[in-house]
Amino acid sequence: MAHASAEHAHDDHPDQPATGIKRWLFTTNHKDIGTMYLVFSLIMFFIGGAMAMVIRAELFKPGLQLVDPLFYNSMTTNHALVMIFGAVMPAFVGLANWMVPLQIGAPDMALPRMNNFSFWILPFAFTLMILTFFVPGGAAAGGWTLYPPLSIQGGDSFPMVIFAIHMMGISSIMGAINVIVTIVNMRAPGMTLLKMPLFCWTWLITAYLLIAVMPVLAGSVTMLLTDHFFKTSFFNAAGGGDPVMFQHIFWFFGHPEVYIMILPAFGIVSEILPTFSRKPLFGYDSMVYATASIAFLSFIVWAHHMFTVGMPLAAQLFFMLSTMLIAVPTGVKVFNWTATMWRGSLSFEPPMLFAIAFLFLFTIGGFSGVMLAFVPADFQYQDTYFVVAHFHYVLVPGAVFAIMAAVYYWLPKWTGHMYNMTLANWHFWLSTIFVNVLFFPQHFLGLAGMPRRIPDYAVQFADWNMVSSIGAFGFGLSQILFAIVVIQCARGGKKATAQVWDANPRGLEWTLPSPAPYHSFQSVPEVK
Amino acid sequence: MSDAHAQSADSYYIPHGSPWPIFGSVTLFTLMGGAISALNGWLPAWSLVPGFVMLCLLFIFWFSTVIGENQRGLYNLAVDRSFRMGMMWFIFSEVMFFAAFFGALFYARELAVPWLSGNGVKVFTKMLLWNDYAGSWPSNGPSALGPRANGSFETVPALGLPAINTAILLASSVTITIAHHALIAGHRGQVKFFLALTFLLGFTFVGFQAMEYHEAYTELGLTLGTGIYGSTFFMLTGFHGMHVTLGAIMLTVIWFRIMRGHFTPQRHFAFEAVAWYWHFVDVVWLGLFIFVYWL
Repeated sequence: MAHASAEHAHDDHPDQPATGIKRWLFTTNHKDIGTMYLVFSLIMFFIGGAMAMVIRAELFKPGLQLVDPLFYNSMTTNHALVMIFGAVMPAFVGLANWMVPLQIGAPDMALPRMNNFSFWILPFAFTLMILTFFVPGGAAAGGWTLYPPLSIQGGDSFPMVIFAIHMMGISSIMGAINVIVTIVNMRAPGMTLLKMPLFCWTWLITAYLLIAVMPVLAGSVTMLLTDHFFKTSFFNAAGGGDPVMFQHIFWFFGHPEVYIMILPAFGIVSEILPTFSRKPLFGYDSMVYATASIAFLSFIVWAHHMFTVGMPLAAQLFFMLSTMLIAVPTGVKVFNWTATMWRGSLSFEPPMLFAIAFLFLFTIGGFSGVMLAFVPADFQYQDTYFVVAHFHYVLVPGAVFAIMAAVYYWLPKWTGHMYNMTLANWHFWLSTIFVNVLFFPQHFLGLAGMPRRIPDYAVQFADWNMVSSIGAFGFGLSQILFAIVVIQCARGGKKATAQVWDANPRGLEWTLPSPAPYHSFQSVPEVK
Repeated sequence: MSDAHAQSADSYYIPHGSPWPIFGSVTLFTLMGGAISALNGWLPAWSLVPGFVMLCLLFIFWFSTVIGENQRGLYNLAVDRSFRMGMMWFIFSEVMFFAAFFGALFYARELAVPWLSGNGVKVFTKMLLWNDYAGSWPSNGPSALGPRANGSFETVPALGLPAINTAILLASSVTITIAHHALIAGHRGQVKFFLALTFLLGFTFVGFQAMEYHEAYTELGLTLGTGIYGSTFFMLTGFHGMHVTLGAIMLTVIWFRIMRGHFTPQRHFAFEAVAWYWHFVDVVWLGLFIFVYWL
C-alpha cells in the first residue's frame, strides 16, 4: 500500500551494516559486494600467481626438475583460468560495484539481490575448479582454451571445469546486466551520457560485450560436454563436425573477452591521468567513440588467434586487416592520454605511477599485437613465447597495473585512511622493474623459436629463461607489499579528506566523505 | 489490496539483506556437483535431484519475496525500469546462447561438411582420409555415425509435426497479445481465458516435440549420436524445447497471479516480461523451423 512505503523504506535502510558473517552472506550493499569481489580477486591473484611461480621455477633451467609434465600443463591451464576469471574480471566487477554508483550519484546498484548472487557464485565456481586437482586424472591440462579433441580426453576433471565455467558465466552475465541497468537507469539528474566519467563509459561497453559473448562460451563448452558424454559430433570430423569449429566459436567469445579485460583499465587510466596532470582529459568524446569502436571491432577479428589452422586465404586477409584496424582507435586512446599529460602539472603519487607505467607498457603489448596480426609473420610467432610475452604485456602491466592504479586511487575513499606511500612506491618500482625482467626476454625467446606450454626446452634458450624466472620471483614477491599496503590501510592510518588528493580530482565520488558512508546518495545529487 | 500499489514509493527501493542469493549459489553448486557426479559415474543419476529440488525452492522463495515487495508498493517506476532493462538484457544473452548453436549449424553445413567432401583448399583431407565421402546436407559424417548398422538415417519432414508446432507457437503469440490488451483494458475474464490458452498451447507444443523425438529415436535412426546432423538437430530443438517448457511454466505462474488479483492495467511488469520471453522462444522457433527442418 502506498502509505506503507515510507515506513518500509525506513525499515529496509538501516544506516549501519549487519554484524558478523551475515553481513557478508546476505548483503545487498554495493560497497560490501565490491569489497568481497576485490578481496576474492586478490586471493585468486595469489593462487594464480603461485601457479605461475611453479611454471617459472620449472623453466628456470633446461630439463625436467620440479614437476612432471602433466602437472606442468595443468599449471599453465589453471593459471590462465584463475587469473582471467578469478583475478582480473572479478577485480573489475568489484571496482564497478564500488565506483559506478558513487560516480553516477546512485544509492546502490540497480538490482542489489542479483548483485549478491553474482558475487557468491564465484567462490563456489572456483572451489569446483580447484577441486579438480584432487580427482583421478588430475586437473585440466589441455590449455585454458579447452581445444578439442585434447580437452575432451580429460579425466574426471573435465565436467568439473565445464560446469565451473558455466557458473562463472552466469555470474558474469548477471554482473554485467547489473552494471548496464545501473548506468542507464540510475544516473543522477543532469548526468547526461557524455558527462559520465570514462570509467562508467568503458564499463558500460564492457558489460555489453560480456552479455554478448559469455553465452557463446557457455554454448561452446556445452558442445564439448555433449561431445564427451552424449555422443554428439560437433568437433568430431568422423561425424561431419570439425575441431576447428570449436576454435571459431571459442574465439568469438575469446577476443571480446580480451577487451573485457582491458576496456575498464582504459577507463581507470582515463580517470587517473587527468587528476594528477591537473588537466581535463584530452578528447573525452573521442575516447568514448574509440572505446565503442574497439568493442565493435572485437567481434570481427577472432580468427587471428588461429591463422595456422588452414583457413581460406580470403578469411586470413579479412581477419588480418580487421585486426590491424584496432590499432586506430587504440592509437587514439594512447595519443589522448599522452596529450592529457602534455604540459600538465604532473605529480607522481602511486596511482599516477601505475597509470604512466600502464601507458608505456601496455603500448609495448599493443605493438607486439600489431606484429602478430600479420599472417605471414604470425606463422612464425604462433604458439611461441612471443605470444606469451605479448598477452602478458597487455594483461599484467596492462590490466593488472590498471587495477592496482585504481586501488591506490580510490583506497582512501573506501577505507577513510591514507596508505603507506613509501611502501606503495616500493611496490610500484619493484613491480615495474621485475615485470619487464620477467616478460621482455620472452619476446627474444619466442622470436628464437621457443614454443609455449612445454616444461622443457633446448639449451640455447637457457639464459633468457633464467632471467625471466628471476623476474617472475621478484615480481611475485613484490606483490606481498601490495597486500601489506592494502591491509594496513584497511586497519587504520592518517585520516583521508573527502578530496583525498591535493590534485583536486573531479567527479561525484569525491563529494562524499572518506570513507564513503554505507548508504551514499540517499538524496539525489545535482550534476551541472 | 494489490490495486493500491499503482502509486509507489518515492525512493528507489534497496532490499536489505537477503538470504536467497547465497542460497542460490549453494543451489547452483549442488546442482552442478550432482551433474558432475552423475556424469563421472561417482553417484547414480539421482544425485541431480537435490539440486533440482533446491532450484525449485529458490525460485519459489526468491520470487515470493519480490512479488510480496511489489504488492506492498515498494517498487517505484525507476525500479520497474530496472526490471524491464534487466529482462531485456537477459533475453539478449539467451539470443547469443542460441546464436552459438546456430553458428555451429551454419558452419557445419556451409564449411565443415563441404570441406570433408574435398571442396576448395581441403582436397587433400578427402584424398587422405575419406576418399569415398561425398557429403551433402543432411549428413552424419564420413563415418556415417548413428544407431543403424548401415549408417542411414531420416530427417523429420518439415510439413508434419513441425508445421503444426509452428502454427501452435504462432497462435500462442497471438493469444498472449490478446491477453495483454485485455489486461490493459481491464477485462480480467478475457485475460484469464487467453493466458490459459497460451500456456496450454505451449505445453501442447512440448508434448508434440516429445512425440517427434520418440519417433526420431525409434523409427528414423535420428539420435544425438547421428553425426553432426543429429547433434545440431537435438541440441537446437532441445534447448528450445527447454525454453518453451520454462516459458509455459512462467505463464502458468502469471496465470495464478492473475487469478489472485495481481497486476493493474498500468503496472504488470511480470506479465510483460514473460510475454517478451514467450515472443523470444517463438522467434527462435521460426529460425529453427526454417534452418533446421525446412531448408
